[in-house]
Amino acid sequence: MPFYSEKVMDHFSNPRNVGEIPDADGIGEVGNPVCGDMMTFYVKIKDNVLEDVKFKTFGCGAAIAVSSMVAEMAKGKTIEEAMKITNAMVAVELGGLPPNKMHCSNLGADALHKAIENYQQKSK
Amino acid sequence: MVAAAAVAEAAGVAAAADAGNFVRSCAGTKFRRRNDFSEVPLQVKQVYLDNQANTKLDSRIFKEMLPFFEEHYGNAQSMHSMGFASRDAVENARGRVASFIGAAANEIYFTSCGSEANNLAIKGLAHAPGAKGKHIVVSSIEHFSVLYAARRLGQAGFEVTYLPVDNNGMVDPSDVKRALRDDTILVSIQHANPEIGTIQPIEEISAIVHERAIPFHVDAVASAGMISVNVATLGADLLTIAGSQFYGPRGAAALYIKKGVNVVPQIDGGIQENGRRAGTENVPAIVGFGMACELASAEMPENAALMGRLQRRLMAELPKKIEHVYLNGHPQKRVPNNVNFSVEFVEGEGMMLLLDGKGISVSSGSACASKSLKMSHVLTAIKADPAIGQGSIIMSLSKHNGDEDVDYLLTEFPPIVKKLRDMSPIYNYFQKTGQRQKAGPGTDYEHEHN
Repeated sequence: MPFYSEKVMDHFSNPRNVGEIPDADGIGEVGNPVCGDMMTFYVKIKDNVLEDVKFKTFGCGAAIAVSSMVAEMAKGKTIEEAMKITNAMVAVELGGLPPNKMHCSNLGADALHKAIENYQQKSK
Repeated sequence: MVAAAAVAEAAGVAAAADAGNFVRSCAGTKFRRRNDFSEVPLQVKQVYLDNQANTKLDSRIFKEMLPFFEEHYGNAQSMHSMGFASRDAVENARGRVASFIGAAANEIYFTSCGSEANNLAIKGLAHAPGAKGKHIVVSSIEHFSVLYAARRLGQAGFEVTYLPVDNNGMVDPSDVKRALRDDTILVSIQHANPEIGTIQPIEEISAIVHERAIPFHVDAVASAGMISVNVATLGADLLTIAGSQFYGPRGAAALYIKKGVNVVPQIDGGIQENGRRAGTENVPAIVGFGMACELASAEMPENAALMGRLQRRLMAELPKKIEHVYLNGHPQKRVPNNVNFSVEFVEGEGMMLLLDGKGISVSSGSACASKSLKMSHVLTAIKADPAIGQGSIIMSLSKHNGDEDVDYLLTEFPPIVKKLRDMSPIYNYFQKTGQRQKAGPGTDYEHEHN
């Protein structure tokens, strides 16, 4: 049995939406290199919809796969829908994560939400 | 492109499924799933650089072991000719192990693995009737089977001193001297470290320990078969070795117990191993272990020369191919099979998985690659920068490796590091500012431990 599901390995090996958005409307950063995971999410928002979502991640296979999946799930969603993406949903979409890697899915959704909150603060 | 590949792959899956096989893609590797659901990579190239975890069994050893499964299967304690054949084989192996480390045959006690031998040494000495005192000294980079055995004794009322090491992983003999007390009953220091390869000044330490007439245990699992291990030269009263580190089978290891040193069994209930370790002898494994020792006596210089050459190549050439890499462990005083680099701005598990996709097996001391999600205790003890230590990659060599393996690694590794750095926010930050990002302002997540 491989350690990760095929879906995790796919998103880890060929991550979607990697990169930065130079004129991002919101940026969210969680984790830090000392604990081994760090994620930065960038969102571009137009008419309440997440037009583009990109990320940069330092971390293990699960952390990278989670980032890729969160970005894919959030893209095209309204702010309200994107804020409803939970860590559990991400793990399910990835075909499950090993128990000791579940915290990686927490990081992913949190980084996305932080980026959206950053946008909301700025546009107040 | 992606969609077309997915369709082609799906078609391949269907076709292969008909043939009883199943093909899937994993980190760029094609795997064939056999009918028994085990998986073998389809690629030809396989470079195994995780020999500290286990080595490939030498085929000569395998042949020597085979008759003891189907032909000479008698219990080594039985009083009949089938038993005698097994017992002779065990005693022959004991002699081979003994002469490999310069001991007498009756000072060799077989165990099932190095961890068991370490537990027997630590707990067996601590609980020996003659032991006058409650104080134990170990280094902070010992194998877990020493550290946790000591910790267990700590919970039972013993006092444990964990000695620090320097940035290269070296124990300072004067620290040992300062740690010794009138009630110290045991000092345990490894010969070489399995993760960073550093070789300890065992002769100096044993002289200090013996001035106070304290028993001295040496875990030589990572050094035996790589460099000379001789109980008299090292000054060991107890010494652990395991044959699976140098082409023998798993399932057999030994604790050397110097004549006169009192150790109580940790597995009670049998007459085996002179009453010090109960349990039916694993005759085929013991036979293989014995032969591994005999082969190592003759072939170690040649093997060590090969591994040392490949090690020097990796240590010299990898930093030329990949920027911002740092060697962990002592630059000279290290076993010839170990190379440990920290690759900055990336995390070890990611590299390990992508290397595996290219058929290269390595190990890592990073937090994410460990089941406990903590950076390895060894990297912590040498005060590796936690942000950099996350990118630790351990490449451990064997006699089966060659220059072509080093060439392959040096070709495949740099693009993997580039791929991961390109998606790393801390590399991004470094490139833009020339500065290393300090911890925070991100959230420090409390990792859940299992």
